[in-house]
Amino acid sequence: MAVKPRIKLDKKEAKKGDLVEVKALVSHVMETGQRRDAAGNVVPRKILNKFTCTVAGKQVFAADFETAVSANPYIQFKFKAQESGPVVLTWTDDDGSTIVGEETITVS
Amino acid sequence: MTSNFNRRQALALGAGAMTVAVFGASNSPALAKNDAEDAIKKFTGGKTPVQGKIKLDLPEIAENGNTVPMTVTVESPMTEQSHVTDVLIVADENPRSGVATFHFSAASGVAEANTRIRLAATQDVIAVAKMNDGSVFMASKQVKVTIGGCGG
Repeated sequence: MAVKPRIKLDKKEAKKGDLVEVKALVSHVMETGQRRDAAGNVVPRKILNKFTCTVAGKQVFAADFETAVSANPYIQFKFKAQESGPVVLTWTDDDGSTIVGEETITVS
Repeated sequence: MTSNFNRRQALALGAGAMTVAVFGASNSPALAKNDAEDAIKKFTGGKTPVQGKIKLDLPEIAENGNTVPMTVTVESPMTEQSHVTDVLIVADENPRSGVATFHFSAASGVAEANTRIRLAATQDVIAVAKMNDGSVFMASKQVKVTIGGCGG
């Protein structure tokens, strides 16, 4: 499933030590495994259970999602600009597949 | 599944298989508190969290429980010496208590995260933060939900 997350950094260029805000939205059903379909069968759980963000290869933020995170999960957080490099956001699905999005930050 | 019987399932089932719904209701502590307390205990490792340091920003009344914006901020200098490592969010009346766990480090700069969560009913949302020195803090906020996040 080729899902493209929407990622926005509040600034592309930052001074060392600045806080950079990241907003990201990804399309996903986040099926809880609690619902039943019309026939009464349980709809199997399918959620993005893990999220990580690395900047220039170093992890700055991570989250474990449970079933109580809304569909099309939105996440917003900040990191401290230290060095230039790719900002890589990765979501891991219950089935092991990943959704990856990338932005670049330039630190002066 | 019957032990996880809840209001949403009751409503979903109500349309068709009433017998199953009745069976489920008679076999489970209907709408009982979930395992939020256990989840917190597991997270803190038995330590009693101290109130404070955490700001949990949630609407007082959520019209749609399917997507409730939530911001959690923990006061901390976020340096190598003193920073927040993990923040656990639980909801005590949801079918499952777990909402999310955020992991921070000194590289985060600030311990703040925002996401959108599901709330099945009016309930308390509890945030527990763990610091790198092992201390734990907590905060909670009640959210009134008009339309539950589970089709109820």
